[in-house]
Amino acid sequence: MSNRVTNILVPLISVILGLIVGAIIMLVSGYNPISGYTALWNGIFGDLYTIGETLRQITPYLLAGLAVAFAFRAGLFNIGVEGQLIVGWFAAAYVGLAVELPKIIHLPLAILAAAAAGALWGFVPGLLKAKFQVHEVIVTIMMNYIALHVTNALIKTVSDGGDRTDKIFSSASLRSEFFQNLTEFSRLHYGILLALIMVAVMWIILEKTTLGYELKAVGFNHNASKYAGMNVNKNIILAMVISGAFAGLAGAMEALGTFEYVSSKGGFTGIGFDGIAVALLGMNTPLGVIFGATLFGSLKYGALNMPNAAGIPLEIVEIVIAVIIFFVASGYIIRLLLLRAANKKKEAK
Amino acid sequence: MEYVVEMLNIRKEFGNFVANDNITLQLEKGEIHALLGENGAGKSTLMNVLFGLYQPEGGEIRVRGKKVDITNPNIANDLGIGMVHQHFMLVENFSVTENIILGTEPTKMGVTNKKDAAKKVQALSEQYGLNVDPYAIIEDISVGMQQRVEILKTLYRGAEILIFDEPTASLTPQEIIELIQIMKRLIAEGKSIILITHKLKEIMDVSDRVTVIRKGQGIGTVVTAETNPNELASLMVGRQVEFTTVKGPAFPKDEVLDIKNLVVEDYRGLAKVKNLNLNVRKGEIVGIAGIDGNGQTELLEAITGLRKVKSGTIFINEKDVTGSKPRKVTEAGVGHIPQDRHKHGLVLDFPIGHNIALQTYYKKPISKNGIIDYEKINEKAKQIIADFDVRTQGPQELARSLSGGNQQKAIIGREVDRDPDLLIAALPTRGLDVGAIEFIHSRLIEQRDNGKAVLLISFELDEVMNVSDRIAVIHDGEIVDIVTPESTTEQELGLLMAGHHVRDNKEGVKKEGEDQHVE
Amino acid sequence: MTKRKFGLGLSLMLAAGMLAACGSDDDSSTDTSNGDGGEGTEETSEISAAMVTDVGGVDDKSFNQSAWEGLEKFAEDNGLEVQKDGGVDYLQSQSDADYNTNLNNLIRRDFDVVFGIGFLMEGAVAEIAAQQADANIAIIDAVVEADNVASVLFKEQEGAFLAGVAAALMTETGKVGFVGGMEIPVIERFEAGFLAGVEAADSSVEVDVSYAGAFDDAALGKTTANLMYQNGADIIFHAAGGTGNGVFTEAKERKEAGENVWVIGVDSDQYDEGQVGDDNVTLTSVLKRVDNAVYNISEQTKNGEFPGGETVVYGLSDDGIGLADSRGAISEDVMSQIEEFKQQIIDEEITVPETLE
Repeated sequence: MSNRVTNILVPLISVILGLIVGAIIMLVSGYNPISGYTALWNGIFGDLYTIGETLRQITPYLLAGLAVAFAFRAGLFNIGVEGQLIVGWFAAAYVGLAVELPKIIHLPLAILAAAAAGALWGFVPGLLKAKFQVHEVIVTIMMNYIALHVTNALIKTVSDGGDRTDKIFSSASLRSEFFQNLTEFSRLHYGILLALIMVAVMWIILEKTTLGYELKAVGFNHNASKYAGMNVNKNIILAMVISGAFAGLAGAMEALGTFEYVSSKGGFTGIGFDGIAVALLGMNTPLGVIFGATLFGSLKYGALNMPNAAGIPLEIVEIVIAVIIFFVASGYIIRLLLLRAANKKKEAK
Repeated sequence: MEYVVEMLNIRKEFGNFVANDNITLQLEKGEIHALLGENGAGKSTLMNVLFGLYQPEGGEIRVRGKKVDITNPNIANDLGIGMVHQHFMLVENFSVTENIILGTEPTKMGVTNKKDAAKKVQALSEQYGLNVDPYAIIEDISVGMQQRVEILKTLYRGAEILIFDEPTASLTPQEIIELIQIMKRLIAEGKSIILITHKLKEIMDVSDRVTVIRKGQGIGTVVTAETNPNELASLMVGRQVEFTTVKGPAFPKDEVLDIKNLVVEDYRGLAKVKNLNLNVRKGEIVGIAGIDGNGQTELLEAITGLRKVKSGTIFINEKDVTGSKPRKVTEAGVGHIPQDRHKHGLVLDFPIGHNIALQTYYKKPISKNGIIDYEKINEKAKQIIADFDVRTQGPQELARSLSGGNQQKAIIGREVDRDPDLLIAALPTRGLDVGAIEFIHSRLIEQRDNGKAVLLISFELDEVMNVSDRIAVIHDGEIVDIVTPESTTEQELGLLMAGHHVRDNKEGVKKEGEDQHVE
Repeated sequence: MTKRKFGLGLSLMLAAGMLAACGSDDDSSTDTSNGDGGEGTEETSEISAAMVTDVGGVDDKSFNQSAWEGLEKFAEDNGLEVQKDGGVDYLQSQSDADYNTNLNNLIRRDFDVVFGIGFLMEGAVAEIAAQQADANIAIIDAVVEADNVASVLFKEQEGAFLAGVAAALMTETGKVGFVGGMEIPVIERFEAGFLAGVEAADSSVEVDVSYAGAFDDAALGKTTANLMYQNGADIIFHAAGGTGNGVFTEAKERKEAGENVWVIGVDSDQYDEGQVGDDNVTLTSVLKRVDNAVYNISEQTKNGEFPGGETVVYGLSDDGIGLADSRGAISEDVMSQIEEFKQQIIDEEITVPETLE
């Protein structure tokens, strides 16, 4: 009965608590929380440009979140989304600049290349898990490093010793003049639509297909799935491949949308790791991932405006943002407290 | 007579579901009071209300005549109520004493004083004849001993009223006898006991009075000495219960399962099934009798494709399925009620409806071109839920939240509904109450009467004797003899199972066995 | 029943509070944003300058920091406010994706010139330059061909050459080390120059070269340095940004334990970084006077001479590159030899290679 109310109340209270604690942190560090949050708000929704950029930031989070969530549903912990994203980024950028084709072929080809690269990067840990019971967490973490340094080396080769490839041909670009005009030259691109379609794809796979049924069964109980005649190994590999493909697409967003090139990296992008939090915040459901990605993307992007408009150092800003996310994630504690309070009240009566 | 605990007209609701409806239970001082009911009848709910884990919606609780409000287990403890849980709540790598004092550690200047505690535990143990070593580590002692630690824990905290929740579920027969002695000793020392169980034999053996509840309703309280198991059973399930399963003669026809010279190894490469031969025909139930660990699990996993076969052949309907994948075996016409329903039988976090489709989800009409139709699954599930009397709120309820008996009925419904030529039932009634057991047995017999072959694996002698048409006795991975229930006794079976060959001195049995063997 | 009422009541209260909060947020937001980025800032001063750091951050003790010091000095000399609109300011970037936004934010705050510090910003600068044709943008360490972009390059190899000479002449073990951040052209110029310098001064000295693969991994820097010192190197030249801080940590630990090891710093004078008790492990530092470059371009902008569309290269001859004061760590004798080489480079008698063969 009051379930629905609690369901709305809990995230609301979580966010408010997070904001309050964040405000205290700013106050204690000697900054004005009101101007801080005003800057955050403006950084997210301030004008059409920031809204466009916020949506742009949300796009890869959507796909990274889907990747983690999908694997989770099949009982696998894909920490390799970061690496799968990086190889996807490179693959998309490479296809984008290596050939010039009509857009109708070139763009899908570049996107598919990213998905395939990510899928390949997911296939390896899936195979090792299925055949040799090597834990996917170990393999995916290692695959992240391999991805980082292999792409760096490839970028060097492709760019004749440089640290950044040329720009991709516009025929492979996701950039949208329409969106750019709409949002005062933000880098918002068509990828957001692709990401939303992928949310639907994941939902359909999980909820409408026989494959989804098997993946979920395997995720919950290997033994019963084997008993029921499912090919557990095949499902593990497939789950990792699909998860990796989602992650590769997240890379394509960066390659074909945000940057239109790939540059060698000194460290990880962090998007893949944040994807874990996005998925968990969204309870590993496709719709939940939209929520998690929106929260992450907005805060992450809006935070940039806090040093800019309110003069709060980036370090403090990062703490404040982390605190807000932390409170949202610990929603269940608030749920518990609410229940307690409700019980107390009942007893008092 | 003075009542130490009175639970009057207790009502407990979960949403729209009424778990306890007007139940009254009055415990006299110094008695063993049995609380009898089928799985899911509301026994545990009632006791959790008494123990302060649930708050009732109606009714009142009195302890020693005084109305009390038990809002959490600490209050129950203070009132002298202790609970011996079915699943022990012990820290495996702690000692007995450490487990007992956990949460109420006595301290001397901030340091836990284990020595004094151990002495107290020792004294209590001697007083009640529990024979527990205060310094033993939990993981090193037997299940029965662990249970005594649980009992000691309640006594240590000064419990006067002990609740035993299905205490015999995981005990060996010898341990059960000892437990009954302990309970009697507790009574002699002035304690009062509520015994939750669905086992009639125990009730008759140990209790003074019995309160029966059925589907959440209090049916009444009877004095044990004035009743009998039949009456109790019919009170519990609400109709007449047959203890010996009624079944007509078998009319076996063609062979369905034919196993020749089967060898199966465990993961260490040791042969667990050794050169085993067995056949099962249409229209008969073959029971495999044996002590746990004599190769039953390996045999059945080999038949169903879950385990590799080292050598030998398995034919189903004259088709070689040796080493086939589980799905191929299933599609060859095998239904399998697995021995461990939580590990193999169900995906506990799936709704019960999904579970009912576990063997058919990929086939028409449920799936077409890779698209699954959950509507069809729910339709099917509703049908099986109705046909097999699975008590659940509906196909959407998680399998995890069903009682054991209803989980098992769902599995049986799933397997039987596919109409397999061979139904393998491994320990199909483990942990179930009489009503459910009777239901499951009659279903197995119905399969047989429909001309199907049934292979039953059980550790319970009564079950094997009651249900089977032929009994294959397994010992150390070999079928040591095949007998019929009519021509053998439980005692002889027991000997066979223990590896003694009865053939030499029991001519009749030998002949029967030989005949069956040849066929 | 009571439960439901309670929940609803609370939620209504909260919702009301939230709405109110949102409302007031909105109001104040429009106010400040107008004050912040709008046209109202023009009255402040005739020149303003700002910079965007790369992911190294403004306190990287390296070229981001050096650039900011240049801006601070420029502010001081011109009486500008620091970290204010219309004065000088900086924004830090956490990831590659932030460059565009940060550049854009500063341009929208009407700074007269906006610096992108570091080659990583090349793509972002190119993109923003095309969108914001009226803005003056300068990029350090990369070339962007656009009319409103000034590109600033340094001849790092010349400074590294002198570092190589110093290392080769000062080593006691006959072995020195080079720790690079990433294998990118800028850092390879350091390596090429260093190797050439060692070769020129004493061809018998061995050079141990290692790349960390990151500019922000001090732990990795420490491990790398540990390995090099263990293998007999006693002087390490690092060109690895934040990773180089780990090289200093390792050297300082060894110095405290009585070993005679040295580090040659990079970009700015890293003497302070090398302080350990009364000792110091910093032999010298290869100065890349990003501060001078930033200062010069700001000055030029002030004078209406922003070098848009040009590429400016700084080297030894114009003090864009140099060696820091060794504070006695390098002997006079060696110093004079270094001076000789320096003169030869300025006189173009020696051409230091930009790349490895």
